[in-house]
Amino acid sequence: MSSVLYDAPGPRARRRNVILSVVFVALLALLLWWIWSTMNDKGQLKWALWQPFTTSAAWTTYLLPGLGNTLKAAALAMVIALPLGAFFGIARMSDHRWVRVPAGVVVEFFRAIPVLLLMLFANEFYVRSTGIASDVRPLYAVVTGLVLYNASVLAEVVRAGILALPKGQTEAAYAIGLRKGQTMSGILLPQAVTVMLPAIVSQLVVIVKDTALGGAMLAFPELLGSRSTLAANYANVIASFIVVAVIFILLNFALTSFASWLERRLRRSKRSTGVVLAADEEEVNPAQTGGTYGTGAGGSI
Amino acid sequence: MFDFLQGYDVLGAFWMTVKLTALSALGSLVWGTLLAAMRVSPVPLMRGFGTAYVNIFRNIPLTVLIVFTSLGLADIFGMTMGASDFKIQGFRLAVLGLVAYHAAFVCEALRSGINTVPVGQAEAARAIGLNFSQSLRLVVLPQAYRAVIGPLANVLIALTKNTTVAAAIGVAEASYLMKTMIENEAQTLAIGAVFALGFVVLTLPVGLFLGWLGKRLAVKR
Repeated sequence: MSSVLYDAPGPRARRRNVILSVVFVALLALLLWWIWSTMNDKGQLKWALWQPFTTSAAWTTYLLPGLGNTLKAAALAMVIALPLGAFFGIARMSDHRWVRVPAGVVVEFFRAIPVLLLMLFANEFYVRSTGIASDVRPLYAVVTGLVLYNASVLAEVVRAGILALPKGQTEAAYAIGLRKGQTMSGILLPQAVTVMLPAIVSQLVVIVKDTALGGAMLAFPELLGSRSTLAANYANVIASFIVVAVIFILLNFALTSFASWLERRLRRSKRSTGVVLAADEEEVNPAQTGGTYGTGAGGSI
Repeated sequence: MFDFLQGYDVLGAFWMTVKLTALSALGSLVWGTLLAAMRVSPVPLMRGFGTAYVNIFRNIPLTVLIVFTSLGLADIFGMTMGASDFKIQGFRLAVLGLVAYHAAFVCEALRSGINTVPVGQAEAARAIGLNFSQSLRLVVLPQAYRAVIGPLANVLIALTKNTTVAAAIGVAEASYLMKTMIENEAQTLAIGAVFALGFVVLTLPVGLFLGWLGKRLAVKR
């Protein structure tokens, strides 16, 4: 096999690779041993700290409700943000200046602001101006923050999805006499949704990760928030962090894998136009996407 | 109209945000480059480590990482990061968490940049007798960096916004001050606007400048 950087190894290169591997393994083993012994010294490996996770009580009382809240907030945010994002994305491409410019300002503004700021603000706003009960307020605040931010990110995804379609689609639609709105709703949007699906799924990863902000700052009992109640109960801070991190990794890894599977499948399918918005930003050829950067706040990680 | 700003060190809080951003950006650039070098190296074990690191740290919420540095590393393992007082310790722990997280994204951006370099370039580098590290350093990475200024700018902007998470462990940066202010003062909307504007001012010029630079420096092929 040959990559950009190295050829198929010859005898000398193979020997060098073996030596490098041995050194690397030694370093890695040293690191792991250090972590292990530090944990041992601090008594973090005692079975009593890990045993709770083998009982159903820890899961049914803390972790699963926490995970449920995480998923609930993420799902709500996604369901509300998608139509809103589609609306702003289309509005940004309007022929009318008075529609295009305000939509652009709104999208750029909410993309430039940290989600945490939006959540804190929404929380305080609900305290002062609405009668939302205090036990559901954190959920409302978290979802509001997530919706405002992700709707503007999705608006850009929608716009990119529509712009990625071949121009002939619009021309053909006009040629058979469809009006602008009909072209958008009947021809462009359905195809754009297919094109965007991988990007939308991977946006879910960002949303799932951002719900943790609610647990840390707003007392929203999602996975990270329920971790602290669990650790307060069983006194197993490190163990609880590791278990919660593993749950997050598995959940998000599943979503990422699903997104890239979807992308490959869409690329293969005969009926599509062949354009797919990559699920992962890093798979996009940076040279091609150069034009979309520099609008201020890109990236949603 | 802006009386509510009196008694609060808004500029100081934003300066903390800038310091967090700058240090974490530097750290994640260095660590991310090392990770990217591992991910493209001929040693399968290093590649495996790089892949595992990226998949693990990309999928853990930054909030979990940063809260862990405080409750886990500092409280349980007694990691003080060589700091004498609590404030400096919180700052350094936050930088550690931010670097650990964003290095994974820098690594992925760089790797995609390395993939844009045509195979012929590396073949030519080998043909004139350069070894792996020489061709990486002299031929491939310089071109890769120029190709990924755009994506790296996105990581930097995301990093700027993500520094707000440091508020979760009590670092007195912008979002921490905003939380205090909107709890104490009546003008929720005005305070929100001031801090929102602060972040727009921080991220917009960086994005525009690096976007322009990226287009200018990109190797035309």
